[in-house]
Amino acid sequence: MINILYILIVFLGIALLVQSTRIGELLAELNNKNVNDITDKDNDRNGIIYFIVLVLFVVFVIWQMIAWNKFLLPEAASIHGLIIDGLMSFTMNTILIVFFILTPLLAYFVLKYRGNSNKKAYYITHSNKLEVVWTVIPAIFLTGVIIYGLRTWDKAMNVDTTNAMVVEVYAKQFDWTARYSGEDNTLGYANYKLVEGPNQLGVDLNDINSHDDIVTKEIHLVKDKQILFKFRSQDVIHSAFLPHFRVQMNCVPGMITQFAFTPTKTTNEMKEEEGEDFEYILLCNKICGAAHYNMQIKVVVETQEEYDNWIAQQKILKNTLTLK
Amino acid sequence: MEEHHHKETFITKYIFSMDHKMIGKQFLITGMFMAVVGMIMSALFRLQLANPGKSYAILEMFLGKWAPGGVLDPSMYLALVTMHGTILVFWVLTAGLSGTFANYLIPLQIGARDMASGFLNMLSYWFFFLATVVLMWSLFVETGPASGGWTIYPPLSALPQAIAGSGTGMTLWLISIALFIVGSLLGGLNYIVTILNLRTKGMSMKRLPLTIWAILVTAILGVLSFPVLLSCALLLIFDRSFGTSFYLSDIIIGGEALHHTGGSPILFEHLFWFLGHPEVYIILLPALGITSEVIAVNSRKPIFGYKAMVGSILAIGGLSFIVWGHHMFMTGMDPFLGSVFTFTTLLIAIPSAVKVFNYLATLWRGNIQFTPAMLFAIAMVSTFITGGLTGLILGDSALDINVHDTYFVVGHFHIVMGLSAIYGMFAGVYHWYPKMYGRMMNKPLGYIHFFGTFICAYGVFFPMHFLGLAGLPRRYYTNSAFPMFDELTDINGVITFFALAGAVMQLFFLFNFFYSIFKGTRAPRNPWRSNTLEWTTPVERIHGNWPGEIPTVYRWPYDYSKPGYDEDFVSQTEPLKEGEEGEH
Repeated sequence: MINILYILIVFLGIALLVQSTRIGELLAELNNKNVNDITDKDNDRNGIIYFIVLVLFVVFVIWQMIAWNKFLLPEAASIHGLIIDGLMSFTMNTILIVFFILTPLLAYFVLKYRGNSNKKAYYITHSNKLEVVWTVIPAIFLTGVIIYGLRTWDKAMNVDTTNAMVVEVYAKQFDWTARYSGEDNTLGYANYKLVEGPNQLGVDLNDINSHDDIVTKEIHLVKDKQILFKFRSQDVIHSAFLPHFRVQMNCVPGMITQFAFTPTKTTNEMKEEEGEDFEYILLCNKICGAAHYNMQIKVVVETQEEYDNWIAQQKILKNTLTLK
Repeated sequence: MEEHHHKETFITKYIFSMDHKMIGKQFLITGMFMAVVGMIMSALFRLQLANPGKSYAILEMFLGKWAPGGVLDPSMYLALVTMHGTILVFWVLTAGLSGTFANYLIPLQIGARDMASGFLNMLSYWFFFLATVVLMWSLFVETGPASGGWTIYPPLSALPQAIAGSGTGMTLWLISIALFIVGSLLGGLNYIVTILNLRTKGMSMKRLPLTIWAILVTAILGVLSFPVLLSCALLLIFDRSFGTSFYLSDIIIGGEALHHTGGSPILFEHLFWFLGHPEVYIILLPALGITSEVIAVNSRKPIFGYKAMVGSILAIGGLSFIVWGHHMFMTGMDPFLGSVFTFTTLLIAIPSAVKVFNYLATLWRGNIQFTPAMLFAIAMVSTFITGGLTGLILGDSALDINVHDTYFVVGHFHIVMGLSAIYGMFAGVYHWYPKMYGRMMNKPLGYIHFFGTFICAYGVFFPMHFLGLAGLPRRYYTNSAFPMFDELTDINGVITFFALAGAVMQLFFLFNFFYSIFKGTRAPRNPWRSNTLEWTTPVERIHGNWPGEIPTVYRWPYDYSKPGYDEDFVSQTEPLKEGEEGEH
């Protein structure tokens, strides 16, 4: 019954549109005009409405910046992240300035130069001087942005990792596993063909480096200690994204990718700043299947002491495997 | 013209037509149909995003078993997102936009009777049509349509065990895209040949309307990059069906270790984005061309800096081939390679800035006539500014670390590519409708459609930047799995509200379009008082375009409000007075 009502409403809506369109055309015909000619009144009205809409858009943008500022990620909790944040605020401020100049300018032009039958446009085809100016200015500005960007990229990616703590992050549909390299700080060799039963990461126990490897379901990091993540994937492409540290890297089956960084704030410090509910998180950021939206692992940053206590409680992989 | 005397049956006139004008309209109608399908899909998944887990009867009505109890299934969510992307990128904004206006405008604006090869042109549409049928068919297979994202990265797209949509749905997707590419290559070659060879007397390259320049560069980009996607898709078909390992290596799926070794999904990404990035400009350039034309006509002013506009189209087209790596900064590529791609990517901002300034300079001291087409053309300048600027963040590899694959990207490309191209397309339809159908579209309805769309579209896509800066990844079925994203549901509610309102606004356009075909007021020969050649043809739209001789061209197309003339426009067919220049 209700469906019939909907259909009726749709039909009535169409009929209404047809009739009102017809009425508009007939009214115009009565005045010997064509409803579709652009009159001075149209130009005035549209110029003004367009101006208002563009101004409202600018106001809407400002409102969002104020009202939704609280949603934005907190300041980076890693050394390279702070450098990236610097570049981000520089770039963001610049594009906002350009936006807040150009959009109102467009609004002003639309209002100011709205058509009128008494008016004639100014005939000008080009101006080499002006065009050189507005090619060179963006070019100079971009040279700055590019140099600043590349230096930041270099600082973030090309870091010395000789003393970093090595941790493997292993992705599969739809969870993450971490493998700590133990006292030798070297991960044991692993191959997908060795994945069997409890050996979920395919670690080769014949490789002596694997003997102290520790597999965990949480990632614990030490404040101010550099970490080198090595990423592997078992099935499809995943992406390890740690938004609070400004860290992201794809996990690609068949190859090992990596990302090194140094966390600078413990979870507890962040809880003080951001509220009790705060947790660091590593989430999947590359479409990987039906449960992609819920592929996460908890990340904890703590002091060396707390970390030592935690890692001591974790079981060494070799022991869990040989028990079976 | 001999063609006049051919007896045309319904079939040769409306279906297997070789007339470029009819083929253009076929592309337009098919594109519009697909746009509606794509839009409904986005409305459905927006419902889910605003109220995760809430039951909607409408979802069950459209999706049946994919929305049990009116709650969208997660894998169907991904399928909808995938198909929405595929349809909008390829079907609407590539074929629907280029196919329509390249076919319709090239012969009319360069002064030719028809395309160089009418037959290839017809084939191009029918390959596209077949591709459409196959794609639509894939919506109805048991395991659902392709659902690995429109970029179909393997291994996800290669393994039915990884996601249901990678079964039959993906096979059909690949067949469909292969047909699509064949059609688009046939069309593209035809466009290039026609523009280079069939220009009428006096129509030198320096006198081409900017629409044609944009279409020419678009066609060249397509012809150079689509074959790469075809080979990319073929290799994927081999991996899926014949056990090769181009893209696959070291995989365990569903507890089973696959035999594939030695391949790399990164190879796929390189091949895909070698098309994928030029594709962005295949979508955008025709819109830039159309708006250049519409803005000049309705500002009653010459386009400012014609040569710079052509130069920037060429520069953007050229650069678009060496920037694809910026989609892959996070794949573990060598940081040095990342630097190179950052450099080339940010360079695109220069020709883009030139275009924006030239648009503004064209409006400056103009006599702006607010036709519905002009409203959309100006809106394109606005979205090109808004969306282009955020490109400076995404193109910068260091910043990309934190916004890559988040909603920030979704906001960016929907504004700069989606909205700009759609606005260009609307501008084109409103502007050339009188030529296509001999009738005018209703103006008041056009105004309602424009302001409604403009307001809603910014309401949809601007807030997405904030979602992205909050760290929310794209392609998430719901943001409720993470406490840190819980509060973002408010923003998602705003977006969905505007998305649904914006969808309703399109009804005004659809109604206006079909109503005016039959009932619109009759169009005069040159309703916008425009200079270009298409407005010298009779309203009746005859086969061969001009009843007698093809007119000769004496000047560039932008002599608006030229001093020394009574009217504020001077047709390209008007001989030069003494001391006048034909080019600028």
